[in-house]
Amino acid sequence: MSAPLTIPADAPPLTPGARPATGFWRRALRHRSFVLGAALSLLVLGSALLSLLWTPWSAYDIDIASKLRPPSAAHWLGTDVLGRDIVSLLLVGARSTIMVGVIAVGIGLTFGVCLGLIAAARKGWTEELIMRLSDFTFAFPAVLSAIMLAAVAGPGMLTSITAIGIFQIPTFVRVTRGSANAIWAREFVLAARAAGKGTFRITIEHVLPNILSILIVQATIQFALAILAEAALSYLGLGTQPPQPSWGRMLNDAQTLLFQSPMLAVYPGAAIAIAVLGLNLLGDGLRDLLDPRLARER
Amino acid sequence: MTMLDQAPSARETPLLEVKDLAQRYTLPRESLFKPPAQVNALNGVTAQVKAGRSLGVVGESGSGKSTFARLVMALERPSSGSVSLLGRDLNQLPSDELRRARRDFQMVFQDPYGSLDPRQTIARIVAEPLTALGRIDRAALRERVATVLRQVGLRDADMDKFPHEFSGGQRQRIAIARALITQPKLIVADEPVSALDVSVQAQVLNLMQDLQDQFALSYILISHDLAVVDLLCDEIAVMYLGRIVEQARPEDLFAHSAHPYTRALLDAVPRARAGRVRRRRGAQLVASQSSAGVGCPYAPRCPLADQHCRETAPALRSVGPAHLAACHHAEAVMALPPAVAEAG
Repeated sequence: MSAPLTIPADAPPLTPGARPATGFWRRALRHRSFVLGAALSLLVLGSALLSLLWTPWSAYDIDIASKLRPPSAAHWLGTDVLGRDIVSLLLVGARSTIMVGVIAVGIGLTFGVCLGLIAAARKGWTEELIMRLSDFTFAFPAVLSAIMLAAVAGPGMLTSITAIGIFQIPTFVRVTRGSANAIWAREFVLAARAAGKGTFRITIEHVLPNILSILIVQATIQFALAILAEAALSYLGLGTQPPQPSWGRMLNDAQTLLFQSPMLAVYPGAAIAIAVLGLNLLGDGLRDLLDPRLARER
Repeated sequence: MTMLDQAPSARETPLLEVKDLAQRYTLPRESLFKPPAQVNALNGVTAQVKAGRSLGVVGESGSGKSTFARLVMALERPSSGSVSLLGRDLNQLPSDELRRARRDFQMVFQDPYGSLDPRQTIARIVAEPLTALGRIDRAALRERVATVLRQVGLRDADMDKFPHEFSGGQRQRIAIARALITQPKLIVADEPVSALDVSVQAQVLNLMQDLQDQFALSYILISHDLAVVDLLCDEIAVMYLGRIVEQARPEDLFAHSAHPYTRALLDAVPRARAGRVRRRRGAQLVASQSSAGVGCPYAPRCPLADQHCRETAPALRSVGPAHLAACHHAEAVMALPPAVAEAG
């Protein structure tokens, strides 16, 4: 009646202990959006570093005689309304972009993650207080808080960095607290408590490592937002001050000449787009690569 | 009050002593104007475990088994009552001393997938109860981890892997290795095998039995499966709605159950028997906390309940040697033919 139990001849052979490659970089190089994102981000970073050593022209020299030149062998992307070389401006502008991004995200990450972890670990009124404060901060748009700060402290790069950084805190608080709460509800946290670990050690050893990949992804996205915010603030004249070039300022300058030389707005716009796109792709790629459960599948 | 053996020795401190333990949870408020509802998860549980002996706790879901486990592990503060390990009340200890006392009692959880941190290596997971106690030399720690891994039937090389590389049964072995690493006297296991396949269940239970013999461990084994508890425990406590309704040695409990609820539990065990007409089992009423007012809490479900049962709650009383039951009709229930007619 019953069919005999046999293994079909074409069954795949059992290979015990066969483990695919686990090296982070080997997997990373096969991840397309990570590679593209990393390449674009490195392009921006490379430009900033290059500008410290060499630029085709000085980004600060005004040469009214050769203003608004079209692209040529001397000026690869032409010159702006003050006769400055566009390539040089873009390279130097990358510097302020990266600086604003790094410092602002650093502020947001440091304060936001600490507050979020405390909120998740302490619960009760501590959590309420932190969350309501972050709601309060979140209610102010970055631009508005920057304008208020600028009114008090005067416009400048420092003002815009601080304003963007403060604006980033509530986002990190929310992301951190939400994901940390999910970790606190897991059974391995209960197991750690049963083993005698205190709140602080559980936070450092269990909660933080488990939400780290979420935070890294969030940080790259926030970095992109910071770049956009810096461009917006510079465009409004509240950020980087002349003569220091920045992509946002370049957009601002190009605005008045939008119909005569539209390309002046396209170059810094494209630079911003490349930086934001690169960071977003990098974030997506890191999210995949940092998950040990996905690690073995590719 | 010694329930485990017939000749109580008064000067011997029991390993674990639980007295009148009660836990009340406050439910989230449903209405702004009514006081929030409360649930009595545990209603005055008293029990003792002697060194080297094991206690099984059985009961349906909602009977307070897991609450009991969490209170014994001092993961929550009880509403009233006390849990003492080797004569020291765990809830009176300063947090520093409680942490050091945890060396003597460890826990194995139900879910072998959720109870191991997916980001940590097996070495870190298994070593955690030791590292929680203080700083330890790294080489000595790895040596100790390797030893316990071997004791549960895993290899040294498994140390540097991550939990997702193991099957459910292997993970539960890892959880047991972790509990063993401090050489505890008591292991509280909350449904340690109910998430596993039947064949793997047997392996894990055999392992637990071997370890019990090898290290003179005491288990508090929480389960809904009477067979599992029978295998490992010297005494079984049957819980119903946060109370112990019967407590006895396994052989007495199975042969002469003195509480109708125990009988219902034994009857509910599905047994595979060839050539028998299959019939559906009569579904029982689900226990409800709100029905617990005056009278015996089991009365609404009990086939033997009479007026007396509905008016007076029965106390846990002795019905035989090392046999306690909370039923007015215990003697009548014991006289009934055994629920388990044939073994195996």
